[in-house]
Amino acid sequence: MSAGNMHIKLKVWRQSNTNKGGFEDYSLDGVSPDMSFLEMFDVLNEQLIEAGTEPVAFDHDCREGICGACSMYINGRPHGPLRGVTTCQLHMRSFNDGDTIVVEPWRAEAFPVIKDLVVDRDAFDRVIAAGGFISVNTGNAQDANSLPIPKEAADDAFSAAACIGCGACVAACKNASAMLFVSAKISQLALLPQGQAERSIRAEKMVAQMDAEGFGACTNTGACSAECPKEISMVNIARMNREYIGAKISSTAV
Amino acid sequence: MSWFTQTLTSSIGKKLLMALTGLFLITFLVIHAGINAMIFYNDGGETFTHWGHFMGTNPIIRTLEIGLVAGFLIHIVDGLMLWKTNAAARPIGYKVSNPSANSTWYSRSMGLLGTLLLIFLVIHTAHFWIPNRSNQFATGEELNLYQMMLDIFQNPLVVLIYVLGCISLFWHLLHGFKSAFQTMGWNHIKYNGLVSFIGTAYSIVIPLLFALMPISIYFGWVS
Repeated sequence: MSAGNMHIKLKVWRQSNTNKGGFEDYSLDGVSPDMSFLEMFDVLNEQLIEAGTEPVAFDHDCREGICGACSMYINGRPHGPLRGVTTCQLHMRSFNDGDTIVVEPWRAEAFPVIKDLVVDRDAFDRVIAAGGFISVNTGNAQDANSLPIPKEAADDAFSAAACIGCGACVAACKNASAMLFVSAKISQLALLPQGQAERSIRAEKMVAQMDAEGFGACTNTGACSAECPKEISMVNIARMNREYIGAKISSTAV
Repeated sequence: MSWFTQTLTSSIGKKLLMALTGLFLITFLVIHAGINAMIFYNDGGETFTHWGHFMGTNPIIRTLEIGLVAGFLIHIVDGLMLWKTNAAARPIGYKVSNPSANSTWYSRSMGLLGTLLLIFLVIHTAHFWIPNRSNQFATGEELNLYQMMLDIFQNPLVVLIYVLGCISLFWHLLHGFKSAFQTMGWNHIKYNGLVSFIGTAYSIVIPLLFALMPISIYFGWVS
């Protein structure tokens, strides 16, 4: 691959506490097709710092697609044009020389913009804290095979546990609904024997917290699953609905 | 709030109410379309009037009709409430969005399609159901619904409104039928194909049957 031969035009959302925000236009030369999208932003920020202006704030951490920190709504889609890919794993070869790329933060009442492209995703943490855990006794770890788990259940739980909590589902949903995220977190525990102790109270509390945070309801458009970098399935939302309704009908919590 | 109202006013509870009332209205449409399709016997409305009379006077049907009105009202009010909370969940929208990359336009437009259907429903009940029931209430006599159909569907504008209503119904059902099953948690590898097939077939057959009624009368195929 030839390096540094792309010219990219950017429209980036800039916002701080003191203003309501708006787009800034940037022009970038010498972009390599092998750069990740975030590396392209690093190049932009170096130029902004050299010019003595404020660099663009954006979330990032592992840059290998497993931490869920990066966000960015790129050309009208969370994490950009590819399926099953986070922004950090998106490369500039997915764009053409001379393209204009529009970058916005996640938009949701529950995800307020902190600065530029950084949004506050603490709402997800509060949903997890409401019930996304299991009780484990202290002491020696028990023998690994003492709890029989069907292979299918383990696979389904693992697929749900692949959720990295980036919030692309909320960003993609026309209702800014968090149901794909919450359903993945409920599913990964409901499917395994370790998750049975708190199974019904978990569904009740996590859904209640999800509603309290101001996320929307689900219209089953499937946008969340289509845009999810971990390709979490809509099957999980159906399971969450069963878990929640079943818990509401049968639990003794009134 | 009791656990019951808490459940029904939660996001999942509101969705469940939409799904259950939606499927109830779907079963109603089968009866409605089936009986109205009697006009295609083209026997001067004899079969149609026979069954129309049964539906209009049978005490069990008349009692169920209260449930039907309640079903419509819950579906409409619940839908509007969901529309409100969903809109509030994203007060500031995106400047550039590409939703067609990840979802169908009609799945994202259930509120809009539902509103069009509500407008159609007002026009439609003002044509037939309300005058007929008012007359029954006042005089105890049913109106000649068949003759009313023949008269009302002479107006091409009315025929157009009915056909547009059926088109809205088609798109609303095409998403709504399958969506209702997903909301009820009915997403299963053994049944998804069946639900999808019946949902698509139903969404085509029922609106098409309904649309053919005003068209057939307007063009004089049924008289």
